[in-house]
Amino acid sequence: MALRLHELHCSLGRRKVLQGLSAAPLNHGQVVAVLGRNGVGKSTLLRSIAGTVPCTATQLHLGDLDLRPLRPAARAETIRYLPQASPGALYLSVQECLAVALNAHHRHPAEETRQRIAIVASDLGIDTLLERPVDELSGGQRQLVWLAQSLIHQPRALLLDEPLAALDPNFQHHVMKLLRRLAEERALLVLVVLHDLNMAMRYADQALVLQDGKVLAQGPVDFALSPETLARAFRVRARIEPCSQGTSMIVIDDLLTL
Amino acid sequence: MSAGASHTNAPRRAMRVRMLLAWVGALVVLLGIDLTTGAASLSSSEIWHSLVNPQSVGSTEHLIVWQLRLPQALMAIVTGAALGLAGAEMQTVLENPLASPFTLGISSAAALGAALSLALGVHLPGIPVEYGVTANAFLMGLLCALLLDHAAKRLRMAQHGIVLLGIALVFGFNALLALIQLVSDAAALQNLLYWMMGSLGKSRWADVGLLSAVLAFAGVFSMRQAWRLTALRFGEERAASLGVDTKRVRRHALMRVSLLAATAVALVGVIGFVGLVAPHIARRLWGEDHRWYLPASACAGALILLAASVCAKQLSTQIEIPVGIVTTLVGIPFFMVVLSRRRLG
Repeated sequence: MALRLHELHCSLGRRKVLQGLSAAPLNHGQVVAVLGRNGVGKSTLLRSIAGTVPCTATQLHLGDLDLRPLRPAARAETIRYLPQASPGALYLSVQECLAVALNAHHRHPAEETRQRIAIVASDLGIDTLLERPVDELSGGQRQLVWLAQSLIHQPRALLLDEPLAALDPNFQHHVMKLLRRLAEERALLVLVVLHDLNMAMRYADQALVLQDGKVLAQGPVDFALSPETLARAFRVRARIEPCSQGTSMIVIDDLLTL
Repeated sequence: MSAGASHTNAPRRAMRVRMLLAWVGALVVLLGIDLTTGAASLSSSEIWHSLVNPQSVGSTEHLIVWQLRLPQALMAIVTGAALGLAGAEMQTVLENPLASPFTLGISSAAALGAALSLALGVHLPGIPVEYGVTANAFLMGLLCALLLDHAAKRLRMAQHGIVLLGIALVFGFNALLALIQLVSDAAALQNLLYWMMGSLGKSRWADVGLLSAVLAFAGVFSMRQAWRLTALRFGEERAASLGVDTKRVRRHALMRVSLLAATAVALVGVIGFVGLVAPHIARRLWGEDHRWYLPASACAGALILLAASVCAKQLSTQIEIPVGIVTTLVGIPFFMVVLSRRRLG
């Protein structure tokens, strides 16, 4: 089971954002970090897969399912996309947020709704927040609620656009550990847009590095995030340093001139 | 955990039910006050006997209660509910808390459609003449709503841009209405003025029946979309990712809004503020779970318009003060009180 992308094209207005993007199959049970400079097409890639922007591709399959003819609502059966932008003021409790996520497409009986909310809330450690108004939660807690919204439908792929933005270090690691566990336990494919290269090094199985709407490098993070790739993708002089606990760390020494 | 979640959810639900029942109770009380208020001095006893035993009162009392006061009071309730429901749906689908049929031009567009029918005799082909005014009002209201939706989504217009466009549309439609007034004869001019001020004075049972039917029809479909409308509050992309066909939900909601606003305008004229304020009151007190928010907004709209009707009669029993004027004067302080309170639940 894998997500297959081939010759993916997407334009926003007159700007060609994705220009024939192709990638090796992205296997389920993995966390894939989507990396690249601002404007290279990371968010557009996720939105193209979710179907919220029009795109063309010679192949866009999740397992045997051809996503191309499916509208966003139909793709949501198997893929859940979490945009970067947070909703504005909401007069809803956490429980209501989760109930909406479950019932927006198909209505479920009240008892089943309660049970599935309880399961996902317990899994993500937000069961004590269910009665709280979502507006009164911290940024990290809200992010967990949005994740729970995406997971309550038990999708096969999760597309997350910068879920760590504006989170403190504790919540950043909490969310990434959670994604790793969910990917392994549920055989879930997690595509996550990140800007923190060390977060990618530590928690992602694979990196998908984009440049100018195409894949510049793809593979296991240690392999894909080489100093050469980082120089081309981010225009920085970087080195990979082994840390005492066995993980590697990217240290950026300087910017490269254009 | 399941039992716990169920248990903790019960008080919230019970509180909402109690609050909704309290508002319905207030509506009944206001209805009673409205029926006992008017130019003719009728005691509460006479009103009561006229309602429960019409044969026991004189024909004049019977006429006043059954043909004047009761249809007007019920019209205030259904019109307020229609505008409250329309405002709530509009604020949700346009993702704009300043949206309402009045502020964004749908009411003005509907009034223009009605004016085209009444003053210039322009009717849609194939529509019976007796429904020509309502059909024109509906079509113009729908076109205005679709224009706003198109501007919001296709042109990527920001929230304040939509409001400004709506205000511009209000001015535009009002200018065209003024032009029609200029070329209208005296009888048509009187009817147009009646529309533009918003009045319950000419309400009859047939009007109450028509608007009630439209409200029931739209209300049923709105409630069936309650989960999807709530999902829209998370934004277009999130709602789509939750499995909502956002374009379809938005298009259907705007059609319901147009139907509600246009029918209300065609029957009682342009009444502002209700469609804007009622959703805010409902949101603050009941939250945005649309299973509660939509009926609560309708209930709040009914309460505001009935209260305005009572106030209008209290201010003067000799001349009829158009309820559209009073609505705004009553609504503003009410709105300020609600906004200043912390939300419940």
